Amino acid sequence: MAVDQLNLDNAHARIQAADSLDALESLRVALLGKQGVLTAELKRLGGLSPEQRKQQGEAINRLKGEVGHALAVRREVLEAEVLARRLATERVDVTLPGRDAGVGGLHPVSRALERITDIFARFGYDVAEGPEVEDDWHNFEALNFPPDHPARAMHDTFYFPDGRLLRTHTSPVQIRAMAGRQPPLRLIAPGKVYRSDSDQTHSPMFHQVEGLVVGEGITLADLKGTLAAFLRGFFERDFEMRFKPTYFPFVEPGADVVIRWQLPDGGSRWLEVLGAGMVHPAVLRNCGIDPERYSGFAFGMGVERLAMLRYGVTDLRAFFENDVRFLGQFR
Amino acid sequence: MKLSENWLREWVEPQVSREELCTRLDMIGLEVESVATLGDGLDGVVVARIVSAAPHPDADRLRVCQVDAGDARLQIVCGAPNAREGLLAPLARVGARLPGGLEIKAASLRGVESQGMLCSARELGIDADAAGLMELPGDAVPGTPLATLLGLPDAVIELGLTPNRADCLGMLGLAVDVGAAFAVPVCRPAIAPVPAAIETLREVALAAPAACPRYLGRVVEGVDATRGSPAWLAERLRRAGIRPINVVVDVTAYVMLELGQPMHAFDQAHLRGAIVVRQAAAGERLQLLDGRELALDPDLLVIADQAAPVALAGIMGGMASRVTEATRDVFLESAHFAPAAIIGRARRLGMHTDASHRFERGVDPALPRLALERATALLVELAGGRPGPVVEAVAPDALRLPAKVPLRRARIARLLGVAIADAEVERILAALDMAVERTDAGWAVTPPSRRFDIAIEEDLIEEVARIHGYDNIPARAPGGELAPSLPGETRLADAVLRRSLAARDWQEAITFAFVDQALLDRWRLGGDALALGNPLSAELGVMRTSLLPGLVQALAHNRARQVERVRLFELGRRFHASTGERDSLALVASGPAHAEHWSGRDRRGHDFHDLKGDLEALIALGGEATAWTFEADGLPDWLHPGRAAMVRRHGRPVGFAGALHPSLLRRLDLDHEVLVAELDLDALRAARVPVARGLSRFPSVRRDIAVKVAAGTAFADLAGVARQALGGLLEDLVVFDEYRGAGLSDDVKSVAMGLILRDPSRTLTDDDADRAVAAVVQGLTARFGAELRG
Repeated sequence: MAVDQLNLDNAHARIQAADSLDALESLRVALLGKQGVLTAELKRLGGLSPEQRKQQGEAINRLKGEVGHALAVRREVLEAEVLARRLATERVDVTLPGRDAGVGGLHPVSRALERITDIFARFGYDVAEGPEVEDDWHNFEALNFPPDHPARAMHDTFYFPDGRLLRTHTSPVQIRAMAGRQPPLRLIAPGKVYRSDSDQTHSPMFHQVEGLVVGEGITLADLKGTLAAFLRGFFERDFEMRFKPTYFPFVEPGADVVIRWQLPDGGSRWLEVLGAGMVHPAVLRNCGIDPERYSGFAFGMGVERLAMLRYGVTDLRAFFENDVRFLGQFR
Repeated sequence: MKLSENWLREWVEPQVSREELCTRLDMIGLEVESVATLGDGLDGVVVARIVSAAPHPDADRLRVCQVDAGDARLQIVCGAPNAREGLLAPLARVGARLPGGLEIKAASLRGVESQGMLCSARELGIDADAAGLMELPGDAVPGTPLATLLGLPDAVIELGLTPNRADCLGMLGLAVDVGAAFAVPVCRPAIAPVPAAIETLREVALAAPAACPRYLGRVVEGVDATRGSPAWLAERLRRAGIRPINVVVDVTAYVMLELGQPMHAFDQAHLRGAIVVRQAAAGERLQLLDGRELALDPDLLVIADQAAPVALAGIMGGMASRVTEATRDVFLESAHFAPAAIIGRARRLGMHTDASHRFERGVDPALPRLALERATALLVELAGGRPGPVVEAVAPDALRLPAKVPLRRARIARLLGVAIADAEVERILAALDMAVERTDAGWAVTPPSRRFDIAIEEDLIEEVARIHGYDNIPARAPGGELAPSLPGETRLADAVLRRSLAARDWQEAITFAFVDQALLDRWRLGGDALALGNPLSAELGVMRTSLLPGLVQALAHNRARQVERVRLFELGRRFHASTGERDSLALVASGPAHAEHWSGRDRRGHDFHDLKGDLEALIALGGEATAWTFEADGLPDWLHPGRAAMVRRHGRPVGFAGALHPSLLRRLDLDHEVLVAELDLDALRAARVPVARGLSRFPSVRRDIAVKVAAGTAFADLAGVARQALGGLLEDLVVFDEYRGAGLSDDVKSVAMGLILRDPSRTLTDDDADRAVAAVVQGLTARFGAELRG
C-alpha cells in the first residue's frame, strides 16, 4: 500500500474525536504503536529499492510527526479538561476557621516586664535576681532603714516567725549585686514583692523592677535622661515629665517621677510612675564600694502600674484573678 | 498634715496663685495630696444671734426664731435641733447664694414667714461632717460677715510629708521652705518671754536623760478653761483637722501646729509632787485620755508625779490629770523626747497621735522654751491666768545638737551633673536657716536644730537641688561605660519558654505566692510550708510549696465561669521551710484537648500524652531531649498512679506530670479530670550549644516490626534494646502503633515500630537490614519475651 493512500484525514478526525485520555492512548497505539499502521508501513520499506525506500521513508516519518503532534495537542486539551473537572470538585469554604488556631498568651504583667527588661537590655543593663524570702539586713538595714525607723512604716511588711520577711521591694537585689562585684555596675532586678496591704489599689503581691547604675561620674542628670528615655520608649509617646524631691532612705537626693498623662476625655493628670534617686553613700559603703570614687543612681517601678497605664487596665485586682477572659486580651 | 493656706500666707507671702503655690510645694518635695477650698460663696452670710426660739404652730420639728442680724431683727424658721436662745450662728440672708448653689429667698414655711436661713457648717461648705447649726464663738458680733469672722475664703492644703521632714509638721518649718523656694522673706511671730507673775512652781527631774534630755514646765494659775477658743484659733485647728476642745488644750495644739512642738497641759490639782520623766515600771498602769487603760512596761517612757505615771511621754496624756472645764490651775509641759524613745511604741499600742507622729520623726530640741513662752502668752491672753516661773531640767550631754557638715563645691556638680553658682548655693542654704561658712573646697554648713535629716554632704546637695529645682537639672541620655555580661547560649530565657507555651495554646497566669495551709494540706503538700507570722488572712497564710494548688484554683475559677477548656501555666517561685525557694513552671489543663472545630475533631478530654507533647516541645528547646525521661515510678500520692510520670533530667528528678488523683479531685470538689505538670525551671532553662554533624550521602532503609510483649512493658525499654542492638546504624526509631484488645489476651499488647537505618559510609543492602531487624527482635525476645507478629 502506498503511503499517500493512508487516510490521514481519517486519522486526524479520529484523534479529534477521542473524548478521553484512554481513547486517545488506544488511538496512539493503533497509529504509532508497535502494531500500528505506520510502524507496519516502516517495516515494509525493506522490500523497496533504495530510491523508493528513501522517498517512502521520508513520507512515513513526516506522517508520524504530524500524527504525533496531533496526538500531543489533543492530549493537552483532554488533560486540561480533566484538571478543570477535578478542580471544579475541589472547593473548600475559605471562610471557615482554620484548625488548631488557638494560641494562649502572656500575662499582662509578664508582657510589661518583658518589655521593660528588653528596653533596659538595649541600654546595656544586666538582669539580676534575688530571693523573695529576705532577711532584715538586705531588705532594710543595708538600704539605710535603721530598725524602727518611721520609713519602715511606708513598707507594710510580711514577717516570718524567725525574723525573716518577704521582700517589700526588689532593692535588696541591689545590695546582693553590689556586694559581689565592683563598679561599673548596670543592672535591673525584676521580680515579685510583697506588702501586707490589700484593697482596691493595693495588692499584697505585686511586681517591681529595680534599676541600679554605679560608676565614676554618674549623676542625677544621667538618671533623668535614662528614665526619660525609658518612659518615652515604654509608652511610645512623648509627655511632660517631672522629678519631684522625695525621700527614700537608700537614695539621696531622692525623686518621684511623674508624667503628665493624657486622659481619654482630653484632659490630663500628673501620675507618679517611678521612684528614683542617687544611691546613698551609706548604701555604697554597706556594699564595700567607695562613695568618694563612685556614685550611682537607683530607680524602682511598679510593673502593674505601668501595665495598667500601657494596656488600659483599670482594676488592679484583675491581674491576680486569672480570669481567662481578661488574660486573653494580652496575647 | 493639713494646714490653712491663709495661715501659711501670713508667714510667707510669695504673691502667687494657689495653684502655683501648690505646684511649688510639690516640686520642693512637700507633696500636696489634696486641696479643699473653703468658704467660697459666703456673700450675704453674717453672724446672727438667736434672740428667741419658739415652737412652730404647725410643725413639731421647726422653730420660729427671732434673730439679731446686726442691722436688723429678722424672723427665721429653722429645723436644727440646736437652735436655741442666745446661740450665735451663721445666717444666710435673702439674696445669698450658698456654695451648694442654693439661693436664699424669703419664704413661708407652713404658713410662717422666714427671711433667710440659719446654716450648718456643711451647708456653708466649711465642714462636710458637721450637723446642726454652726455654733459661733460667744464674742462674735452679730452682722459681721461670716467670711471675716472665720478668715474665709481659705483652702485646706493637705501635705503628704515624707518621714524625714518632721520639721514641716509646723508652720515655722514649712514657711521657711516656702520662703526659700520663692526667695521671699518669712515673717516669724515675735515671741517674748512672759515674766512670772506668781511664785508657784513644780520641780522636774530627768530620770532617763537619753530618752528625755530636756523638760520644761510651768504653772499657770487661775485660767478659765470654760472659755471657748476664739474663732481664728478654733478655725485654724479645725482646718488642720483638729477638733477644738477647750481653750487650754486648744492653745497647746495651736503651738504645736505653729512651731512644731507638741505640748501637754495637766490639771495642777491632780499632780502630786515633783515631775519625773522615767521609764515605766512593769506592772504600772495608766488610763489615757482616750479612756483606754494601759499596762505599762519598761520600754515605755512616762511622765510621772510622786504617786504614779500621769502621761505616756510624747504620745498621750493621762485621763486623771487632764484639763477639764473645772480646771483652774494648769501645769504646761514642753519637752524634748528623743525619737528612739518614742519610735514604734504608739504603733505597738495601736495608737497614732499628733505628738507621737512628730516625736518619732524628730522635734527641734531647742524649741521647748520658745514654745512654752508662746503657749503661756496665748493662754494668758485667751484664758486669763497668772504664770509661774519656767522650770527647766536639761541633760546637755544627751541633747542632739546639729553638727557642721562639709559641702564641697565639686561634689555638687559630680552628683547632680550640673554646676550651681556659689551665690545660689549660699542663698538656698541661708534661706533654709542654715549657718554657712566658706571653706577652701566649698562650705561648712550647720543646719538648724529642727532638721534631723541633714547629716552628710549628700543631704545638703539634695537641699540645694530641690530648692534650685529638679527641673533645672539637665537630662543626659543613657550612655557611658558599658560592661554588661552578654547572654549565654546555655540558658534559655524565661521569655522563650513563655512564648513557646503561649504559641502552643497555653495561657499564662500569675497566682499569689501565699496560699491557705488547709489547701496545701488537701494536696498533702503542706508539711514543709513556710508560714507567715502576720498574714492578711488564713487564705494567704503560708508560702506555696508548689504552684499547682493555686493554679488549679485559678482553673476552677474559670470552669465556674463557663470556660470548659482551660490551659494555664505559671512561672514562679515555690518555697520550702527546709530547702528554701526554687523557680518552678507549672501547667494545669482540663476540658477538651482541642478547641471545638467544625471539622468534627474528637472532643476527647486532655490526656497524659497531650500534656507530655507540650512538655517535650519545651524540652526540645534546650537541645538535649535525650537527657529527659518520664518514668511511671516514684509518684507522689496526689497524682493518678497509672496516668502520671516522674520527670528526670540526667537521672535527677525535676518534676512530675500527669492526671490528678481521683481522691484529690474529690478533696478539691472538682468534678472533672485535671492534667498537671510542675517542673524545676532551672532544668528547663538549661540548654546545649548545638554541634553540627555531617550528613550521610547514603540512603536510609526503613524496616517496620510489630512485637507482642507483656502489657506493662514500657516503650522506652523496648526502644532502649533496639538502640543498644543497632548502635550507630539506627538513625531514628518511630513507634506508630500501640494495640491492646481483640486478638490479644488482656496481659499482652502489640507495639509497632519503624526502624530507620542508615550507615554513614555505604549503602545498606537488604541483607544488612534483615540482619539488623533480626538483632533487634532477638534482643527484645531475650529481654522481654517478645514475639514478632506476622
